[in-house]
Amino acid sequence: MNPCAVIGIGQNKHTTKRDDLSIAGLVREAALRALEDAGLGFRDIDAVVIGKAPDMFEGVMMPELYLADALGAVGKPMMRVHTAGSVGGSTAVVASHLITSGIHERVLTVAFEKQSESDAMWALSPRYPFQPPLVAGAGGFFAPIVRSYMRRASAPADVGLMVAVKDRQNALKNPYAHLHMDDISLDTARASPMLWDPIRYVETCPSSDGACAMVLASERAAKLASKKPAWVRGTAVRSEPAMFAGRDQVDPRAGRDCAADVYKQAGITDPRRQVDAAELYVPFSWFEPMWLENLGFAEVNQGWKLTLEGATALGGDIPINPSGGVLSTNPIGASGMLRFAEAALQVRGQAGEHQIDGARTAVGHAYGGASQFFAMWVVSSEKP
Amino acid sequence: MSEPVKGIKSPVRLEYTVSAGRALSRFLAALTEARLLAGRCSVCRKVYIPLRSVCPTCAAPMSEELTIADTGTVTTFCIVNVPFEGQTMKLPYVYASVLLDGADLPILHLIQIPAEEARMGLRVKAEWVPPAERRPTLESIRWFTPTGEPDAPFDTFKEHL
Amino acid sequence: MREVAVVSFAEVAYPRSEDDEVELISAVIGRAMTASGIAKSEIGFTVSGSCDYLGGRPFSFVTALDAVGAWPPISESHVEMDGAWAFYEAWVRLQHGDIDAALVYAFGRTSQGELRDVLATQLDPYYFAPLWPDAVSLAALQARAMIDKGICSEKDMAEVARARRRAGAARRASSPVEASVDALLASPYVVAPLRSHDCAPNSDGAAAMVLAAGDLVKRVARPAFIRGVDHRIEAHALGARDLSRSRSTELAAEKAGAKGRHFDVAEIHAPYSHQDILVARALGLAGDVAINPSGGAFGANAYIVTGLGRIGAAATSIIDGTAKSAVAHATSGPCLQQNMVCVLGGER
Repeated sequence: MNPCAVIGIGQNKHTTKRDDLSIAGLVREAALRALEDAGLGFRDIDAVVIGKAPDMFEGVMMPELYLADALGAVGKPMMRVHTAGSVGGSTAVVASHLITSGIHERVLTVAFEKQSESDAMWALSPRYPFQPPLVAGAGGFFAPIVRSYMRRASAPADVGLMVAVKDRQNALKNPYAHLHMDDISLDTARASPMLWDPIRYVETCPSSDGACAMVLASERAAKLASKKPAWVRGTAVRSEPAMFAGRDQVDPRAGRDCAADVYKQAGITDPRRQVDAAELYVPFSWFEPMWLENLGFAEVNQGWKLTLEGATALGGDIPINPSGGVLSTNPIGASGMLRFAEAALQVRGQAGEHQIDGARTAVGHAYGGASQFFAMWVVSSEKP
Repeated sequence: MSEPVKGIKSPVRLEYTVSAGRALSRFLAALTEARLLAGRCSVCRKVYIPLRSVCPTCAAPMSEELTIADTGTVTTFCIVNVPFEGQTMKLPYVYASVLLDGADLPILHLIQIPAEEARMGLRVKAEWVPPAERRPTLESIRWFTPTGEPDAPFDTFKEHL
Repeated sequence: MREVAVVSFAEVAYPRSEDDEVELISAVIGRAMTASGIAKSEIGFTVSGSCDYLGGRPFSFVTALDAVGAWPPISESHVEMDGAWAFYEAWVRLQHGDIDAALVYAFGRTSQGELRDVLATQLDPYYFAPLWPDAVSLAALQARAMIDKGICSEKDMAEVARARRRAGAARRASSPVEASVDALLASPYVVAPLRSHDCAPNSDGAAAMVLAAGDLVKRVARPAFIRGVDHRIEAHALGARDLSRSRSTELAAEKAGAKGRHFDVAEIHAPYSHQDILVARALGLAGDVAINPSGGAFGANAYIVTGLGRIGAAATSIIDGTAKSAVAHATSGPCLQQNMVCVLGGER
């Protein structure tokens, strides 16, 4: 197993609708930024791995075919991964294995969604004849699960709002984030309309157009790059069935097992102390305390305390989503890779205003489906 | 000089004829008779509703089919305030996870109750549409309504959350 | 590179099935697992290939996971591509080296939609797809390019189509073509120069395969070792390529180590008779190779399963002892835009 380095990272300024670029233009913009960051051109790349959520979000089936030219993939191997919401993360994992296996030296990986081109709400829950139209999108699906968590953990009602405020304030320090809410505060958040009780509008993620790209490289190729790389210290994916008797949808075992696997590879035994920053997939605010528990940063039913005491804020001891997270930016296919990339930006010292000082070890996490698909990686400024 | 063209509307229309699969088709057919058809896994013995061909954790076939009661307990729920395409209920409405008596996992459906009265542990019963209106879909159950029984204690359903 | 082998393969196909994805997949996963001699707990990675647009439903691979018994949670992935690329992802994971066995599967029900129209959504959404060119018409363009260059004739195509249909009849429980080549040539065009017999019928189906490395390959008598595998993609626009050649197949064949090598069996993923001829040329196959003894796509064509099916058929010929060496090909996209070549061999 060879070491894998992240030597280039690029993303767009995420927005509701990029009407100045085609889908090809959107991914190419992010790819060019990653290549530039790596000091490379398309011709230096050996293989391209792209990932995105369902094709119906843009109305283009198997878009790797259409995008081969835009991503400089002609004459090269190209693949497209699709694991629902975790796809941005699992795409990076697949790309990293092309390096660790020794098959390639430099791999370009891009995850994206240009969901303004189709109707994402429809694509998420089209009217299939056998199911009644009960639920308005993902929020309606997750709201009962959030209620379960609040009950199990006896969590104060404001915790969700605190996460929302924190992530939105962090986003103000991230020029690429979609939502920049200058007037966000706990007071303005409390006034936000209730959408699927107990989830308020301000506690939900936006629908964004955006892409994220990384250049992954072998040790030899990383030596030739001028900037400090981030080193991949562990990757893991886990899945479990969506619905089964006795399933814990609040604290899924697949998430726990995924974290345990990746921590073992990276030598992490005490996540709260050993991880300097974590980018976790939080599309609805209450997922922060839930994932803190699921990923071992807090004991069961205690995750909300970390949020309440400010531990997960930028200045806290376990900053979560310094980039503003999925709550601030959500091109669905890209969101997972943005978590992985932002973790890498932290340990490379490239996170600008939302940089966590001295970050050496960071975690990227993505999930999808009915909280059933998980992808994670650990990156470090130190080579394994 | 006219404005540059930034986009086009390109409608995509595709028609599909879908089949529900053998097991689900039997479940849907039973709905027209106001019957809830479940299956018991031959390995783990859990009772699954809707009926399916294999158990998702064991990948094993169902050893038996059984009809279960149309009463159950609300394990968790949310109150929907957001209008959306295909919506039939008036806002706000309660959408819940209902653990039917005899089943080992909940189904998702509507609760006919004022939003502020919705609670975990509420005992409910299915209200079926008249026989002539029943179709092989879960819409043959119009919604679930409170039975008036005392709420189920948290312990009886907490592992289904 | 680690030595990785295909140790089992199973497929199922129907002209039209009433089964849902789970029912289709359950049938083949059970058979593939049993034949491999490897237990569910020994599988370190599971990966599938499928396509939402075939069935008109997003996230179709999610419900399919119920057929696998993903409990306790498993390391699992999915590509929205032919199962051949799921096979490739599994091979890469085995090269990454933390596991010794992988389960690969693919499924599709083309009967739910009109495939030739569904495939128009694969095209550039700004300039190409709005014209709604159907898949058969695009294939016909390539056939015309080949005929104009003198690479093949309509008669050559009819002969190939007849041979493939006869060889593949049993796999889809359909009757083989009885008519003579002359009778076939007298039938009307669907889209000139393609006639009905030149286009593989579509089906519903699923396939599953187990890959193994290290000691686990020894659970079967004759593992089919993967000696080389590579895939390449070409430019999307048809006008930017020479349709009478398959350059990506040539390149993938070279990188996979297939060039100049002799094979007992070649399984080619060609849903159109002219593509069968074109890919055989690109692979540089000698005259004595048995091409598509399974019938290839003309035996069963659940679209997104067919490429994995070719790798499976080639591997099966080694596993059951009828061949010592085989090459398999898979394709994706309009007019063979993307191609994979896999070289398989028995024990050295």
